[in-house]
Amino acid sequence: MQDFERVFSGIERTVYALRALYGNYGFKKYRMSKFEEYDLYVRNKDFLVSDNVITFTDTDGKLLALKPDVTLSIIKNSDGADGDVQKVYYNENVYRVSKGTNSFKEFMQVGLECFGDIDDFEIAEVVMLANKSLATISSDYVLDISHLGLVKGVLDACGLSDQAKKKVLAFLGEKNAQGILSVCASENLSQNFIDILKSLVNVYGSPEKVLPLLKTFNLTAQTDQAIKQLEKIINSLKTLNLANNVRIDFSVVNDMNYYNGIVFKGFVSGIPVGVLSGGQYDNLMEKMGKKSRAIGFAVYLDELERLYGANGFDVDVAICYADNDVDQVNLAVETCIAQGKSVIALKKIPQTLKFKEMIDLTKGDK
Amino acid sequence: MKTMLNVALPKGRLGEKVYAMFEKAGFPCPSIKENNRKLIFENEQVGVRYFWVKPSDVAIYVERGSADIGVAGKDILLEYRPDVYELTDLKMGKCSMAVASKADFNDDRSKTLVVATKFTNIAKAYYASQGRDIDIIHLNGSIEIAPILGLSDVIVDIVETGTTLKENNLVVVDKFLPISARLIANKANFKFKNELIEKIMRSLEKQTEEV
Repeated sequence: MQDFERVFSGIERTVYALRALYGNYGFKKYRMSKFEEYDLYVRNKDFLVSDNVITFTDTDGKLLALKPDVTLSIIKNSDGADGDVQKVYYNENVYRVSKGTNSFKEFMQVGLECFGDIDDFEIAEVVMLANKSLATISSDYVLDISHLGLVKGVLDACGLSDQAKKKVLAFLGEKNAQGILSVCASENLSQNFIDILKSLVNVYGSPEKVLPLLKTFNLTAQTDQAIKQLEKIINSLKTLNLANNVRIDFSVVNDMNYYNGIVFKGFVSGIPVGVLSGGQYDNLMEKMGKKSRAIGFAVYLDELERLYGANGFDVDVAICYADNDVDQVNLAVETCIAQGKSVIALKKIPQTLKFKEMIDLTKGDK
Repeated sequence: MKTMLNVALPKGRLGEKVYAMFEKAGFPCPSIKENNRKLIFENEQVGVRYFWVKPSDVAIYVERGSADIGVAGKDILLEYRPDVYELTDLKMGKCSMAVASKADFNDDRSKTLVVATKFTNIAKAYYASQGRDIDIIHLNGSIEIAPILGLSDVIVDIVETGTTLKENNLVVVDKFLPISARLIANKANFKFKNELIEKIMRSLEKQTEEV
């Protein structure tokens, strides 16, 4: 077989490794059109990372958009009986506004979705795959897990107003303990609730460290159940020996209008932002009129560019030749290729060309 | 190799005070006190690297991960909304975001209010919450002269003691936002250098409580 290792860039290699991983676990590749009806995004605007969408009018006058997101399209087009579990993965480009330049950019995403009548096995499987995806990218990674059911349960138990809940969630996302305390003060919360909210914002670490603390909450049936589920999912990772890089972190706060249950975010050392993000989104399914539940995640590949660094050389060998001896140049080129080296033959070697080795036929090199 | 903790400090008096707190927390870097124009200082033994940057740039260095942690004013965090953790209120560099105008200015609500400010987003949010129609003029400095020259009706700016306003015959109309310095952290690096960052955070928290 041809050895493509050398041809692949770091990102391409990762893409194929992830696709192989998802395929092994029975996820089917899902391909979709680049365009989607704009209407879909208007109805679910908050689900998108950014509000801005590239739109255009199709030949029949319909307003279309270049996909800013893949999940919505997959769910919209999911057919079959509600309930049957479907597992799909995708490798698509999406179009979003990039924060730095404040202009539209193409982003490549690989991700997977699992929807239907999913239970704890499927949830655990998706979290496991998120974990393995990160391990594929780098050995130095962290998977942060949170449970929105637990966070929501705590906020409900505290009896906070909707506006206060929103503030607390924002502060939780910033790990801003003082901010949360100020909300507690203005809402006159009892010390017990203040302590619980404080531990939610302050706690960060391995499941061994955090789970025992969560069990002391003792709030409502809803929170107890959420803690139990979180423990179950993490234990399943432990059994597979995949829990070493897992941290419990309640600053992972995806929008509760769409997400519920387990949510997670992945980081690899050397990249300043999250490279993987996902969770359970039953609420979105309900909004879109589906009777099933769902969980999924996406890997943001463009962020990985920084990890792999630049290629130091353009080519292994540069051959400099004099005019007329075609056979001699051919021979030199073929010899290099037979040795597994990449080669370029030029009459004049440009100064900007970076090569490891130079063969100058004009000076009698062989 | 020891992992280095990268700390972005705001150039100026506040940054020097903050450095003293880091020093007390067990992360000294004596070379920083040498009087020279260097911007980066390292202490490999304790594993820390400090650098001086423009105060309004601290959040950028932290958000982009060049700095693991840094100290930035709440005004900057509200204006630029960087995606970072806001770990601790250091209760230093205290001041307020305020609206100020000429003493004889009569706020006629039937007209569009012209606002001059360095903090466009904060001003917009403040007036949007009042449902007020405004026109914003973004300035980079000497905001105080805008109302005097008739460039704007009011200004939205940071007020510390109020001396600058007074000397320019302006009065505070509304102090609407308390500002202080915050310890911020890059969201990804927080996970990978967690122990170090939490250690500093606890120590700074303790030091602010003692003050």
